[in-house]
Amino acid sequence: MTAHPTSPYFKENAHEALKDEQLQMALSNVRQGFIDKRAAVAAKLPEFEALRDSARDIKNHTLANLDLYLEKWENKVQDAGGHVHWARTAEEARQAIVDICRKAGAKTVTKGKSMISEEINLNAAIEAAGMTPVETDLGEYIIQLRNEAPSHIIAPAVHLNATQVESDFRRVHTHLDPNRDLSEPVQLLTEARQVLREKFLAADVGITGANFLIAETGTSVIVTNEGNGDLTQILPKIHIVIASIEKLVPTLDDVSQILRVLARSATGQEMSVYTTFSTGPRRPGDVDGPEEYHVVVLDNGRSAMLGTSFQDMLRCIRCGACMNHCPVYHAVGGHAYGWVYPGPMGAVLSPSLIGVDKAGHLPNASTFCGRCESVCPVRIPLPKMMRHWREQEFERHLTPATVRSGLGVWAFFAKRPMLYRFASNLGMKALAWFGRDKGKFTSLPFAGGWTDYRDFPAPQGGTFQEQWKARKGAKA
Amino acid sequence: MSAREEIFGSVRRSLGVTGKEQPRREAVNERIAKAPRGIVPERGHLSGEALLALFEEQAKATLATIDRVKDRAAVPEAIADFLRRTNLPARLRMGADERLAGMPWDKTALEISHGKSDGGDLVAVNHAFAGVAETGTLIMTSGPDNPSTLNFLPDYAIVVVDAKDVRGSYEDVWQRIRERDGKGHMPRTVNWITGPSRSGDIEQKLLLGAHGPRSVHIVLVGE
Repeated sequence: MTAHPTSPYFKENAHEALKDEQLQMALSNVRQGFIDKRAAVAAKLPEFEALRDSARDIKNHTLANLDLYLEKWENKVQDAGGHVHWARTAEEARQAIVDICRKAGAKTVTKGKSMISEEINLNAAIEAAGMTPVETDLGEYIIQLRNEAPSHIIAPAVHLNATQVESDFRRVHTHLDPNRDLSEPVQLLTEARQVLREKFLAADVGITGANFLIAETGTSVIVTNEGNGDLTQILPKIHIVIASIEKLVPTLDDVSQILRVLARSATGQEMSVYTTFSTGPRRPGDVDGPEEYHVVVLDNGRSAMLGTSFQDMLRCIRCGACMNHCPVYHAVGGHAYGWVYPGPMGAVLSPSLIGVDKAGHLPNASTFCGRCESVCPVRIPLPKMMRHWREQEFERHLTPATVRSGLGVWAFFAKRPMLYRFASNLGMKALAWFGRDKGKFTSLPFAGGWTDYRDFPAPQGGTFQEQWKARKGAKA
Repeated sequence: MSAREEIFGSVRRSLGVTGKEQPRREAVNERIAKAPRGIVPERGHLSGEALLALFEEQAKATLATIDRVKDRAAVPEAIADFLRRTNLPARLRMGADERLAGMPWDKTALEISHGKSDGGDLVAVNHAFAGVAETGTLIMTSGPDNPSTLNFLPDYAIVVVDAKDVRGSYEDVWQRIRERDGKGHMPRTVNWITGPSRSGDIEQKLLLGAHGPRSVHIVLVGE
């Protein structure tokens, strides 16, 4: 799925998702859980809104000086004995990582959760090179067993229910007692912990992502709740970090500002359980930690976003708040978006990374309610950017002919106000007359997309313009 | 052209810069040199007993447990007591930390082994570099004194932290690390630990003990 985006089929995907009862049950967890927790924890910190401004400003400053901060950071990594590998494309990043693993003679490669790894489809490359990648984040492990892509950037298996996980564990963990009790989620967790503990201890290479790269010290930062990222990076001989260029922040103080809004926005925690700052390989005298530390830095289209109307998207810290609060995500889940990044942030980022010709439907999948922007910890104007994509889609003639001709008809009337008022008045009266008995329509010509799922209310009064005129008159 | 040169070229083209502009270079150098603090929440400015009380309250909110003892000499007995009431065997693994080594373990019946963990230890004790009251966070630095594996592999992590090392904010602790290791230098690993390991990946239900310790027990030493 990751390798071949199904984003061009968003509409078909969404139809399927709406009919999927298991998925709809699982999505109810998103609708309830994340929103209340974030609201409660934000209310507990009086400085929360000011910290969001601070986080936005830090990211803006860093992006405006990204070339200089990348240089500073690279020097510091090398000073600490680490290696930096630059990758223009997904292919170059995969190659760099596979080369390091091969050189180490690796068999088992454990992995912490990384969206960049999904973006470059890393697991397939590791498998093709004859090595076994093992996802160790519980959610990622579950979807790896199912050969699925994550449906959420911080809760990859949020589209699943416990009974589905149970049947996957029974299918795959065949060495365990078939009569064991797995009826409680905690039993599933305990089983995954046991199975993965062996993998952690056997791994030759550990790969993690990075939430941040710090220029001041050459440090990479990961944020987890499970501790899997830490076991991934401290047990094997080699730690590889895969990160994209926009993860840079200037200093330890700057990263502390952003960390104060990250967990609060993501899971509604004041701080995630494990925030880990890694700088270079094992030091003289150390009894544990990796002997080699590599960072593969990926561009993959990001540098081209700088200086454009999409630069603000590079502030994103991947907290997932925008999708947690999105009515469209709530309805169809993450897989419908058809590529790695779902929800509002995906609707803006995916067209930049895989092209508006493939992902053009995504920015259309928005009601423009504005909740995503209102909760974004770095205040990315997501609705505005979705509008930019819609404009580009239209300008490049990617919009379907029916929509274009519909807009053409509308524009014809809109440019002739007298005619517009006359026609809308007539249409309104006709609808009101036909719908006078039931007060609603269960089907309407050309409006099946609406009436297949809900009734269309019959007009109850005058047109908007008439009412506007009347109310304005009443005020004056 | 190498991948590196091309990426820098593309970043600079997009930003409309050359990388040689003096004002930009100075701004970046100054930010890194001065590391301005930004906003530290009001609750990060406490001191004395109010600071320790907030640390305790916040640590408990993360589902860690905490005991307070009056001095280092009281730590071994407090830990032995914790193990008894939690029905755990009287066995501990620890690193070479001098503060831990100086404690009267021989006055307890605890069986102590030393070094990193290879995954077979049920309980380990590490000494924290600092604590942060703002969120009840423990700040651990790697090294032979307090091996990182002891923070993650055992089922039960016990962490000793000196009251005098508890600070209000993360920024205060970075300042101490800069003073200890030199500006721009870091220990191989700094772990912020805020409560026991957990996961919400199955139906958004909070479950403790995902891959790291199921329990984090803090022993706060002194006043």
